Amino acid sequence: MDSDATTASPTRRKRDAGRVSDERPWWDTFPWWGVVIAAILIWMAVQIVQNDDYNLAWTRIYPGLRITVRTTFQAFGIALFIGLVIGIGQISRNLVVRNLSRIYVEFIRGIPILPLIFVMALIVVPWAQERLGYRIGFEMRATVTLALIYGAYMAEIFRGGIQSIPPGQTEAGRSLGLTGRQTMRSVVLPQAMRAIIPPLGNDFIAVLKDTSLLSVLGVLEITQKTRQFSASTFKFREGYFVVAFTYLCLTLGLSILLGVLERRMTRDRKGER
Amino acid sequence: MAIDTGSSTTSMISLRGLSKTFDKTIHAVRDFDLEIAEGEVVVIVGPSGSGKSTVLRCINLLEVPTEGFVTVDGYELTEVKTDLDHVRAEVGMVFQQFNLFPHLTVLQNITLAQRKVRGRGKAEAEEEAVRQLVRVGIPEKADAYPRQLSGGQQQRVAIARSLAMDPKVMLFDEPTSALDPEMVKEVLDVMLELASEGMTMVVVTHEMGFAKAAADRLVFIDEGEIVEVGLPEEVFSNPAHERTRAFFDKILY
Repeated sequence: MDSDATTASPTRRKRDAGRVSDERPWWDTFPWWGVVIAAILIWMAVQIVQNDDYNLAWTRIYPGLRITVRTTFQAFGIALFIGLVIGIGQISRNLVVRNLSRIYVEFIRGIPILPLIFVMALIVVPWAQERLGYRIGFEMRATVTLALIYGAYMAEIFRGGIQSIPPGQTEAGRSLGLTGRQTMRSVVLPQAMRAIIPPLGNDFIAVLKDTSLLSVLGVLEITQKTRQFSASTFKFREGYFVVAFTYLCLTLGLSILLGVLERRMTRDRKGER
Repeated sequence: MAIDTGSSTTSMISLRGLSKTFDKTIHAVRDFDLEIAEGEVVVIVGPSGSGKSTVLRCINLLEVPTEGFVTVDGYELTEVKTDLDHVRAEVGMVFQQFNLFPHLTVLQNITLAQRKVRGRGKAEAEEEAVRQLVRVGIPEKADAYPRQLSGGQQQRVAIARSLAMDPKVMLFDEPTSALDPEMVKEVLDVMLELASEGMTMVVVTHEMGFAKAAADRLVFIDEGEIVEVGLPEEVFSNPAHERTRAFFDKILY
């Protein structure tokens, strides 16, 4: 914006006068990290376009993208529902509901995702299938498992968000004659969303990354596609280079979106003042 | 203990043998009896921690009594079968911290319960909201958010929010204690007007000027018990008990 000549003199004057301003120069606050990441991504993209081996890897891997995206949305959607129900359940006044919710959260959080996927897909679901009498595909098994796991994580987010709202809000709602449910819906939850949305966004990115674990069940998402490509062609470098690039594009794109959303929410809050 | 239904027909609010114990050891309210008639304005005073807010919060069962009976407008609230939400709609409550809903505009704050509880339509609820805002003197703030208002304005909106439900009783829990001094009067003026219109009011406050001007009875409580009840002037000028005298010596000058 400014030419060198005009920025140079005020900077010097500031220094001469001592530390009178806490204003930081643009190069101190500039997101250099973003530039570096963008440069790397562009370099990777150029590699993929220009090099035949990388290009081959891309054409073999990217068909898995549909399943990656689909399972991400499905797992996140179901987890959102589970999280809301279990999160409210944890602070329910009903003793049984409260304790069952707590047991669910503690149990799921205490087991790593990979063994849990195996337990669900290879033990629980086959056992249930025998009784239900119809087959559940591996993609569905894995998606539901992911949803169950993230549902437990999100329950904690919902619980925390709800508990961050001062009890006076509930009291005001109840003293106006609103039922407990109406108060939760119209008074507490809308306010809790401010605290809930940013960590939920982080979990969305985490779900996306963890869909890679579905490859252990042979679900043909991008990680599994990469494994197949690399194993059959011995082009491990090319395969994993491409899949890393794909995940980076997805996750970084998402976190930029989330940043915009978060900034818009805080701006609304300032605007109210 | 037998339920005395005879006395509740004449009283708007009836507290009988009310006790509230926290954590089994802290006796906030002990064996409290008070009958409040329709249209009566009762001011409750007492030292901090004397249980005055707890008594008030027991009247709409925001605090569940450990023992005793609470009757409002003939409804026995301590009876399990009573629909609490129904009775609470008839009992307005104004809090020390206002407790407006920060995510809603002033108008939405006032229409929310009207629509969800009273089942009024949008237009009808908004009309009523504006009428109440005119009554508390800030109709121009209908579209503002609570954050944009001063403390006094927020408290007046809170009063309007309660009044829009056409309550039979209004409870005030230290309504001016969180306000800057210059805003106390605008809230008290609204309360005085309400009292003159014949609203049944129970007010916990340290504003002795309000008690003198509006209260039919002054109740002095200490350690969860009623120490003295009487006309405000009498209790101020000629307290019958040493505890009452000591308290007013500290706060009146």
